[in-house]
Amino acid sequence: MAAKTKAAKPSGGLDPRSALKIHSLMVKARCLEERLIKMSKSGEGFFWIGGPGEEAFNVPLGLQVKKGRGLAHDFLHLHYRSSAILTAMGAPVIDSLRQMRSVATDRYSKGRQFINHPSIPEWNVVPVSPTIETQYSTAIGTGIAQARAKTDAITIVNGGDAGTAEADFHSCLNWANRPMLPLPILMIVVNNGYGISTPEPTQHGEKNISDWARVFGMPHQTVDGNDVSASWRAIAEAMAYVRKERKPYLLEAKTSRLYGHSSSSGANRIAEPDCIGLFEAELVERGLADKARLEGVWKAASAEVDAANQEVKQEPYPAAESIWEDVFPGGLPGSYPTRGGSF
Amino acid sequence: MANMAQAIRLALHYGEERLGVREIFGEDVGPPLGGVFTATQGLKTAWNSPLDERGIVGAALGLAWAGSRPVAEVQFVDYIFNSIDLLKLCGNGYWSSAGLYPAPLVLMTPTGSGIHGSIYHSHSFDSMAAKLHGMKVVCPSTPLDAYGLMISAIKDDAPVLYLKPKALLRGKGEELLPGEPADEKELRSMIDAPIGDRSRWKPRWPDIKEYEVPIGQAKISHPGQDATVVTHGRMAPIALDVARQLAEEGRGQVEVIDLRSLIPYDWDCVKASISKTGRVLFLNEETEIANLGEHLIRRVVDELFYELKVRPRLLCGKATPGIGLSPNLENFTQPQKPDVERALGELLREPA
Repeated sequence: MAAKTKAAKPSGGLDPRSALKIHSLMVKARCLEERLIKMSKSGEGFFWIGGPGEEAFNVPLGLQVKKGRGLAHDFLHLHYRSSAILTAMGAPVIDSLRQMRSVATDRYSKGRQFINHPSIPEWNVVPVSPTIETQYSTAIGTGIAQARAKTDAITIVNGGDAGTAEADFHSCLNWANRPMLPLPILMIVVNNGYGISTPEPTQHGEKNISDWARVFGMPHQTVDGNDVSASWRAIAEAMAYVRKERKPYLLEAKTSRLYGHSSSSGANRIAEPDCIGLFEAELVERGLADKARLEGVWKAASAEVDAANQEVKQEPYPAAESIWEDVFPGGLPGSYPTRGGSF
Repeated sequence: MANMAQAIRLALHYGEERLGVREIFGEDVGPPLGGVFTATQGLKTAWNSPLDERGIVGAALGLAWAGSRPVAEVQFVDYIFNSIDLLKLCGNGYWSSAGLYPAPLVLMTPTGSGIHGSIYHSHSFDSMAAKLHGMKVVCPSTPLDAYGLMISAIKDDAPVLYLKPKALLRGKGEELLPGEPADEKELRSMIDAPIGDRSRWKPRWPDIKEYEVPIGQAKISHPGQDATVVTHGRMAPIALDVARQLAEEGRGQVEVIDLRSLIPYDWDCVKASISKTGRVLFLNEETEIANLGEHLIRRVVDELFYELKVRPRLLCGKATPGIGLSPNLENFTQPQKPDVERALGELLREPA
């Protein structure tokens, strides 16, 4: 299969320590996703959807988030390909394995949600939903709260290319650019070239999705999301603008999609450029790592995922009656219908 | 005596002053209009949004997640259908996040018929709203209940859909709000915006007091032992009128239950009344087929079958694609007072 984007060129710019840290997080994120795919195929979980192939963009993003709870920290409205962002932020792999296996200890959703649909209030990661693009509508709300709060914290919203055809994307653009209250929202579109099976160029007449920003005179950029250094710089520039100016920025990253849409399309490896391979070639070329060191990183990540998986295998599934928890804060009234009909 | 729009306005003012409400928004909600039914006139935190229902609901949900207690408006419930996705997220976010993300927001919207609103200003949404599990749904029928329900809705940690019966928004009640001036002209002069230039107008708010109508608690607006009518919103004052008339005429004592909350509904109140009367009519203006009243009848059959003296009944809107503009069409589609009189008369007369 032909590459959709030019192979990333070694661009340098990241100091050695940061480059190696980013590499290890990319590998960890990839090992996690590949384990999740295996779990889906082996019956240890059900549906799989995730973001292998987006690590070169998502890890630099996660590392630059102002992480924490409340209005003084960034809010994240993510989607189901965002796992490497959370890995970079420090999310334990075991939390994803628990959601994949839908066990009672799944802290994100108590066994209720698909994989890669987390909720992490201590880091302002709002509930990820399978509904395409609604995160761009909810981002408006945290953006308003942050515009009023006058800190340097921002709202970050992340989605795919196909979803930009939905109204929510355009709602976010409209609301973020209202003259009476511009919003500090970093709007990100990760363009992997497909909506499930439909190639993006067959449905989108825009030259770049980021061109939507031109209507509003809003800063924007399309970056090679397979290039770690270029991604890091583009994210840093966009974040600096939003944090300081308290206005929106539209950033489009073109990436690969290495295992197709989801388990529904087989989740088999696809011959597109692999950002980790490209980055490893760069690290070797710069003399920052050799083959043995890189293999060690993969081995350590794999061992961490293996150990977590052994633990999760011992954990119980949720009790059926737990469906009645969290319907309403404060619990259900005693007379709420709970029999599922007459019996 | 405040009308319902004024009562909602006063409750929102109380919310701004005492309950931490900092964002009241929607189409034409801010100055100069203050809402197409004037429910947000003069409020200091009310602002105009783009004409974008999905954006409005999404903004409210995001604000709630960020710790605010927003009150948003969809201008007519007829326009809410394009935001169903977002409404579902309001309802399911707490559950799907393992209880980590409550969404304390109020979404208010005028509902129902009775203003010659034709196909797109007469919708009811009650039954669909009842399917947004995780979202609470309320619908007042008097200004005092509108006031108390709004205060409860603002305080609630669950998302609350607050349905405002269009036909009752200008209607007055029989009770004063706590702290409301007794003279309604005085109230109008204090809080109603003048016609014409309003740019320098500011309301003078009366010293209103806290008053809650607990969500999930129905009201018996007319006690009776011969039959029960379970209703809400626009149909509630009609049911009350008919019950009073029947009592005066000596034709029977009908207990009128004004649900006020549709989700969760006060089953204990409904059950106790039907256990006493053995006769029940469910009355609302939603269309037949998957009507909330039909669910309640099923529950009556399941739990009270042997206490019924006659078959339970439903009087509701006819299942047409819309409500026609001509009064002949609207009045035939929606229950009217004579229909309620006939239905209750029959319910009382049928031999046990």
